[in-house]
Amino acid sequence: MRINISRKKIKDPFVTKVEELSGQNLLACYQCGKCSAGCPAVSEMDILPNQIIRYAQLGLKDELMRSKSIWICASCFTCNARCPKGINIAEVIEAIRQILLRKREDHLKVEKLSDAQKADVPPIAIISSMRKFTS
Amino acid sequence: MKISYYPGCTLKNNAKNFEDSALCSLKRLEVEAEELERWNCCGTVFSLATDDLIHHLAPIRNLIRVKEANTNKVMTLCAMCFNTLKRANERVRSDPESLDKINEFMYREEVKYEGDVQVLHLLELLRDEIKFENIAKKVVKPLKKLKIASYYGCLLVRPKEIGLDDVENPTVLENLMTALGAEAIDFPYKTECCASYQTVDKPENVADRTYQILTSAQAQGAELVSLSCPLCAFNLDYRQKETVQKYPEFKNMPILYFTQLMALALGCPEKDLRLDLHYIDPKPILREKGLL
Repeated sequence: MRINISRKKIKDPFVTKVEELSGQNLLACYQCGKCSAGCPAVSEMDILPNQIIRYAQLGLKDELMRSKSIWICASCFTCNARCPKGINIAEVIEAIRQILLRKREDHLKVEKLSDAQKADVPPIAIISSMRKFTS
Repeated sequence: MKISYYPGCTLKNNAKNFEDSALCSLKRLEVEAEELERWNCCGTVFSLATDDLIHHLAPIRNLIRVKEANTNKVMTLCAMCFNTLKRANERVRSDPESLDKINEFMYREEVKYEGDVQVLHLLELLRDEIKFENIAKKVVKPLKKLKIASYYGCLLVRPKEIGLDDVENPTVLENLMTALGAEAIDFPYKTECCASYQTVDKPENVADRTYQILTSAQAQGAELVSLSCPLCAFNLDYRQKETVQKYPEFKNMPILYFTQLMALALGCPEKDLRLDLHYIDPKPILREKGLL
């Protein structure tokens, strides 16, 4: 994949927004990779957790917002527990999800779930997926 | 001993086996669990965005209900409720400004929340107040020769400030199982995420995780898995259907709430175990060990 970086992208308000919503200092990351090493979902991700932080530092907004990874992360907090710099990576990923959800770009279309899909799972699953995937 | 109890939504339907077995066990341990008179959904997940105060209203409102019950301590069974209630509590305790905003928003509530409720998980009550050695004394049917792997998942142990045991190597469930006379099996995937709510739109991912977690427990010789989260329980139990479809060599394994095993050991009647609410029937292995 070809990636263009530029001063303009690095200064994009997106970077500040991610830092604000997550409460994290993105530049604290020194790319040790422990978050991705411990993440149980990496095999399903297109951009790994350590790369998400790097992309966010560089303001690669479009790549992050269309990545599969942000919807694969289930906030299990293993990355947070293992980050030697104390960065809450799960919160950074939540911030990117929130930027999309706040534009009403829902990931889960509840109306498209079949009755069987809804009836099979416990209420705790429906509610938490709606909380994470819809605005 | 008396304690206020917050059940949460899933314990009243899919996880009735969790609630009934816990309440029977508590009776045997001479603890009176008093369900809050009014309660609402906890929100299921803690809102991670710094500015998202509105989603902390649900858990904080429940803590107001605890105050209305004239106490300052509340016990939960569900790992997700525990995490959400406790984390929202810590959030407002460390940020008085957001607590003020939340209180102002809920101006029609008669009680103002002041951050003074303690959120406990049943496991903490058993370990720290009742103590496992006292539970062991009340065991009438020791779970002898039953090889149990304990699965924690995420929200009982993470984040560290909220978790009820070591963040990487918790042992509270194993210690309880040992006190009940069982053989506790350690396994490396005990804190691995089960893929949680992705069970709604990506059941195939849950099947992968179920396969990894359960084959890891089986490799250590476990005969069944005990746990404390209704969503993990659904994923590891009911999603074994999809797991077998994807991995034909996979061998099914019963999944039980730790409270069902405790209730069994403490001599609760079989009707309180609700062993009918499982996808993989746990009765054969329990019969084989002479426990039913």
